[in-house]
Formats: sequence, C-alpha cells, structure tokens
Amino acid sequence: MKRTNLIILGLIATVFLFSGCGYNSMVKLDEKVSAQWAQVENVYQRRADLIPNLVNTVKGYANFEKDVLTAVTEARAKATSVNVDASKLSPESIQQFQQAQGQLSSSLSKLLVVVEKYPDLKANQNFLELQAQLEGTENRITVERGRFNEVTQEYNSTIRTFPNNITSGMFGFSKKGYFEAEKGAEKVPEVKF
Amino acid sequence: MISHINMKKFLIILFVLITSIGKSESIPSKSSALVNDYTNTLSAEQQQALTQKLLAYNDSTSTQVCIVIVNSLDGDEISHYANTLAESWGIGQKDRDNGILLLVALADRQVTIQTGYGMEGVLPDAICKRIIEKEIKPAFKQGDYYAGIDLASSAIFKFAAGEYTAGNYAKKGGKKIPFGWVIGFFIVYLFIASKNNGHAGGIGGNRNIGGGFMPPIWLGGGGRGSYGDFSGGSGGFGGFGGGSFGGGGSSGSW
Repeated sequence: MKRTNLIILGLIATVFLFSGCGYNSMVKLDEKVSAQWAQVENVYQRRADLIPNLVNTVKGYANFEKDVLTAVTEARAKATSVNVDASKLSPESIQQFQQAQGQLSSSLSKLLVVVEKYPDLKANQNFLELQAQLEGTENRITVERGRFNEVTQEYNSTIRTFPNNITSGMFGFSKKGYFEAEKGAEKVPEVKF
Repeated sequence: MISHINMKKFLIILFVLITSIGKSESIPSKSSALVNDYTNTLSAEQQQALTQKLLAYNDSTSTQVCIVIVNSLDGDEISHYANTLAESWGIGQKDRDNGILLLVALADRQVTIQTGYGMEGVLPDAICKRIIEKEIKPAFKQGDYYAGIDLASSAIFKFAAGEYTAGNYAKKGGKKIPFGWVIGFFIVYLFIASKNNGHAGGIGGNRNIGGGFMPPIWLGGGGRGSYGDFSGGSGGFGGFGGGSFGGGGSSGSW
C-alpha cells in the first residue's frame, strides 16, 4: 500500500517537474512553429500555383522576351523542389528555402518590369486579375513569414532560458531558423497601379 | 559595479519601451465601432447611414465589414498597416475569420480592402481589386468619399452573399469549462465516492460511483442561441469578435 502511494507521488512529482522545466510549453510552442510553417509553405505554394497561369497569359503576346519567361519557369521549378520538413526547421534549411524562393521573387519582378513595355498586355483583364492575385499573395507571404518569425522567436527564447535549457537539451529541442530581412534580392515585385 | 549594470539594463528597457510606444502609435487603438473616421471627412449623417448599413449586415450575416479613414500611414505600406490594424482589432468572428477592413489613407491617397481568412474565398484579391477600380476610385477622384465607400460596401455585400448567415451562427453560450477542471472535479468526486464506499464496506456500494449525483457541469453546456458579439437587431454593436487576417485583399491609389 505504501509502495503504490510512493509510486503515485513520484509520478505526480515528475509531471510537475516536467512542467516546471517547461517541457509541456516547449512541446506546445514546437507545434505552434510547425503549424505556422505549414501556413508559410501554403502561401508560397499559392504563388507557385499562380505562375503557370501568368506565364501562359504573357506567352500569348508576340515576341515577348522568351528568356525572362524561362527564367521564371526555371526558378519556379527550383523553388518548389526545395521542401523543408516541418520537424527540421534548422536555420540552414530555412535559409536554403528562402534562397530558392528569393530567386523566384526576383525573376518574377523582372517579368513584371518587362511587362511595362507591352501596353496591350497591361490592359488585358486576365493579366490584371493575375497581377492582383500575385500582389495579394506576396502580402500573404509577408504576413505569414512575420508570424513565423514571431512564434519561432518565442520558441527559441523559451528553449534557451534557464531552467528550460536543461530540459530542451535532454529532449533534443533545437534552435529553429528565422526568415532574414531581404537583401534586395527578394523584394516584393514592384506593382504599379 | 552592480548598480552600473542595473542602470544599463534599465536604460535599455526604457529605450525598448519608448520605441515600442512610438511604433504602435501610428495605428489607432482598438475601436468598438464599424465606421471609424479619424479625419472628419464624413458628415455625421453619412457616418450614421454607413453604420446602420454595416450593422444590419453584421446582424444578419455575422460578417463584420469595418471602415477606417485615417489621414496618413506614417510611411508604412498600406497593406501592412491595414493588416496590422485588422489583426489587432480582431475584425470578424473568431471561429469564422469573416472580417473585412476597408481602409482609406486620405493624405497618402491610398485605399485598401483587406479580407479575413474566412472571406478569401468569396472575395478573392482580383475581386477586391475590381471593387477598388470600379467603385471606389471614380468616386474618390471626384472627392466623393461617402459615395465610394457606400458603393464599395454594397459590392462587398453582393459578392459575399450567402457565405455566412447569423442564423447558423450561435455562439456557444457562456464560458466554456476547461477540460482539466472537469477531470479535477471527477477525481474529487471519485475520491469522495470511494471514501463513502469504504464506510459501507460491501462490494455493492460500487454502484454509487455512477449512480448518485453527477455534477451537471459537463452535461448541459451553457445557454444556446445568444448572439455573443453582435446584437440581435437592437441597434448596438457588440464589438469585434477576434477574427484573423492573412494579408489577402488588394490596394490602390487614386
């Protein structure tokens, strides 16, 4: 009888110890970061889905610069091939992801600059709507990335503060990466109204 | 030495506090009205008319269309400014994210329609763009801000028709009881029951656990049919419901 009591007490104590060391909150934050990562991938995927449409619309215009279009198509293929596992969001993998997507962004903005030379394309209803969608998608990307950085910061500071750092080391919670500020390469495509 | 470090820390904290205050200043603090004109551009009657219109829509659909007119964006990008405002005010219902923000920055001559997550389906970015181009810009160019906003809100109603109704939106009444509490009560209950059992001694006493009294907390649920965040036609606005925004929508300048 006494023994079972002791075991129960021990179990309760361990539970409290774990929550005291922030194990539960680390798990929760880890899940939050993963969920937000899914949102980030979601909006990037949304952009990738828009591109074939955009390329097809633009292609119809006589002697539209072919190399600009192939650059966009290639960058898209490359960007969609870089997938990051939500459980391994290390700084390196985030950076890799961001680089691939950044290339797509810059080739897209080049495309939109070239479009300026084609007045009838710019007046095309289909193109205008695609442009609006693309613009909204870029805004969504900014929003979701910002939120990802926020929850990641919360997670990183939680696992690294005392006494949580002891638990996090024991259970393998490692630091996750952020989206870095743009260095000009991944600027939101300039969309003129 | 220690006091020096503390002083340094104090200064850093002070600096952070001051800069954070400066940052949040540009976005108006949370309002409890659907029409917010910080520039006195609309007359009292116009504000009243718009409020009536949006309130009736909120009552019948639970969708919250909020109008904000500010003077300047303080150098911020309009979509970012509007998204931050909409998210912090929580326009729309929490579990539906059916909020829409129409924000006008007068001095910057920019306008945006931001859609909550739950409105992105009925109001895709291209539709928001079309509303801005066809309804808002022509009126704004002539300086008729009321007409532009009025037409835009009508267009939004038209596109969002049938997506949500207030009828099937009944907020689960009252406060929810956390699951942990329920378990806690249950354990206490079992404990008491087993104690009583011990006194009775017999095996037959076991029946008591399921039978006797059951606290009604987790059985009934609260009252139903209360409209929580929006009033049922009595004319008042209950405040924003905590909806979330993901950057959808469109912007333009006139």
